Amino acid sequence: MSFLLGKDMTGGYGAADILHACTIGVERGEIAVVVGPNGAGKSTAMKAVFGMLDLRAGQVTMDGEDITSLSPQARVQKGMGFVPQTNNVFRSMSVEENLEMGAFIRTDDPSDTMAQVFDLFPILKQKRNQPAGELSGGQRQQVAVGRALMTQPKVLMLDEPTAGVSPIVMDELFDRIIEIARSGIAILMVEQNAKQALNIADKGYVLAQGANLYTDTGEALLNDPDVRKAFLGG
Amino acid sequence: MEILNALALLSNYLVIPALAYGSQLALGALGVTLIYGILRFSNFAHGEMMAFGTMAVILVTWFLQAQGISLGFLPTELLALPIGILAAVLLALGTDRIVYRFHRGKKSQPVIFLIASLAVMFFYSGLTRFIIGTADQSMGDGARFIFTAREFKEWSGLDEGIALRTTQGITVAVTLICVAALFWFLNRTRAGKSMRAYSDNEDLALLSGVNPERVVLIAWILAAALATIAGTMYGLDKTFKPFIYLQLLLPIFAAAIVGGLGSPIGAVAGGFVIAFSEITVTFAYKRVLTYIMPGDNVPDGLVQLLSTEYKFAVSFVILVVVLLVRPTGIFKGQSV
Repeated sequence: MSFLLGKDMTGGYGAADILHACTIGVERGEIAVVVGPNGAGKSTAMKAVFGMLDLRAGQVTMDGEDITSLSPQARVQKGMGFVPQTNNVFRSMSVEENLEMGAFIRTDDPSDTMAQVFDLFPILKQKRNQPAGELSGGQRQQVAVGRALMTQPKVLMLDEPTAGVSPIVMDELFDRIIEIARSGIAILMVEQNAKQALNIADKGYVLAQGANLYTDTGEALLNDPDVRKAFLGG
Repeated sequence: MEILNALALLSNYLVIPALAYGSQLALGALGVTLIYGILRFSNFAHGEMMAFGTMAVILVTWFLQAQGISLGFLPTELLALPIGILAAVLLALGTDRIVYRFHRGKKSQPVIFLIASLAVMFFYSGLTRFIIGTADQSMGDGARFIFTAREFKEWSGLDEGIALRTTQGITVAVTLICVAALFWFLNRTRAGKSMRAYSDNEDLALLSGVNPERVVLIAWILAAALATIAGTMYGLDKTFKPFIYLQLLLPIFAAAIVGGLGSPIGAVAGGFVIAFSEITVTFAYKRVLTYIMPGDNVPDGLVQLLSTEYKFAVSFVILVVVLLVRPTGIFKGQSV
């Protein structure tokens, strides 16, 4: 069983279900990527794992513990970090204050973690006193990821971290994400750039209409002719 | 010399009164902007909250005076201020508990909050009149002037004097202290940063573990304290009239919106923009012109753009123009 696992999740925002027995999970130190066409329920599946969606069926477990009924805040306490797709920084606050807010629930001194985040994203150290809203898209994503890392999570969940950034910045961000995974953190992310994301993925989930279509290693999915034809543009 | 006389005249009748009035508006607008930033509605009860807090200060002052306690050359009101603040804070927290918390639980639209605050406004104004009556109350004992016009004339040798009333000096000093303390709180403390974070991005603040009820609690405490201080300063500077605080609501909201709703620095800047606009537009420049213009050219009239009765129209016009041209205000607050 995976370290973090959303199993047979069924539910939606209103009466109609968006997810139909959808299963996604990730192991410690690995990267799992959720891809699929628009409206496939990728982000919804992610939100369901994080507790932002009421599930009618299925369960979410972390490290063997059932966390299905916990609120998102309680899941953060348990060691989940979440980076939303949009509005994921405090725009009027400085980079450093953004990171401080990330560590808000910690009772110990977070300065070591902040130093680690600055090592991971050196540009943030340079711009530590600048309001996050004034940074470029890629830098803002770094702030958002850095903020989530401040709680020292065991799992980091990223909702389209490369949305709206240039291909160069995307490669750079993926490199950093691999680095984070190597430090032992499980990474579950939703991506539009399916090919590049599956390239760095240990495990890939292809969703369609709220259900699992293909599940395999990233490499296998990339080489699967059906997946290539349907989702990766040949 | 003539220029200096003209400047002295302007300082005495325009700059000093505008600084004092601007300080009072800034304190009021800070409370409005804080509530808007955290609870996301325009709190129309803020003016009456000022009246209530000021009333509490007056009552405590009467008690202190009856005990023979005073502050020497400073008004006794300053000594009564903390207790007045406490009364206003209790009222604000009680109101939040009974009225606003219910709507937070229901996730009501901001406009529902706004209507609720109108009801609260009528309740507060009734409460204030019920307790202290509808009559004016003069405030402020101690020395009336820090320096008088005559003292200034003797010191400077000018024909025009500048007087600085104690209440004007206190108003500006108290505002400086309050604004500095508030900015220190918002920018340097954990609780202050969590308030800014909550105001900036509510969802992300919740994800970060900020407790929304705690943030709301602090916001009401600050708003009630600022309202009481602003109301007391206004009452000391003029007199306490129970209805005047309702009229002050317009320039206060104008100040908060001109500065940018939700932006504390904007509220302070907006307060002074409104105060200086109101007073420069309604000021009679005739005597200033007699000093700086050669003899015969001085106009016959008062050279007053608008009579002082229209001063609220000035803030209203500024408000409308800002909403049309730059709805987020000078310091990029949230648009209304």
